[in-house]
Amino acid sequence: MSKIISTEEHNNFLIVKTEGYFNKDLGELVISLVEENVKENKYHFILDLEQSKIVNSIGASILIEVIEILQEKDGSLSLCHMAPIIEKTFSIMGLTKYCNTFKSLEEAVAQ
Amino acid sequence: MSKETKPSVELRIPILKDMELVATNTADVIAKYMELSDEASGEISMALIEATINAFEHSESQKDIFINFTISDDELTIKVIDKGKGFDSEGIQIPDIDSKLKKQERKRGWGVMLIKELMDSVDYESGNDGTTLTMTKKKKNE
Repeated sequence: MSKIISTEEHNNFLIVKTEGYFNKDLGELVISLVEENVKENKYHFILDLEQSKIVNSIGASILIEVIEILQEKDGSLSLCHMAPIIEKTFSIMGLTKYCNTFKSLEEAVAQ
Repeated sequence: MSKETKPSVELRIPILKDMELVATNTADVIAKYMELSDEASGEISMALIEATINAFEHSESQKDIFINFTISDDELTIKVIDKGKGFDSEGIQIPDIDSKLKKQERKRGWGVMLIKELMDSVDYESGNDGTTLTMTKKKKNE
């Protein structure tokens, strides 16, 4: 089952870890979480995809909506631990132009 | 193998949530059998996810879809067949993230572009009685 397995604040970031297929359902969980936190003036997010090895374009499209929300607040979305096919998919879509991408969570937090 | 009947695998998939993963699990097994690279296997799975979702969504039909994998020495051919009303693949606009972000456009519509980018050849045959997508991934000597 696709789900958010943890959220954790670190420095200025909210780290969101997911598990399972990054589909419409998981995308909607993530955007709801972002919307809730934006209301509390938290604008910088790290999405850790270590436990999500597969994605579809519907889930990825919801991340575009997340980027749109965060751009309005001068926020940021960082991605880490992407499987090679997810990184390639996001690159083809151009999504990685609007995100910071990192190999590890440690690198993402240290940006 | 060329003059013999090529081995094939056929799937019949109901239009149910996340059933596209049945196709990717099968593709993983076939890719391992063919000794395709992990990169090629991932690309096939991603293209299959998009092709199957498109078949679910664009067919506007509750009929099952069919996926046929044909294995040959130098390539894998996959057909995704739906019995819907058909669609015009040439009429699909190439999506662009810049305009999707700036113009408050609908964010979806990436499937066909991704399939074309990830596979070596892609062909649509579509009519009133359904659509057949044929896509191939060549086996590269690595």
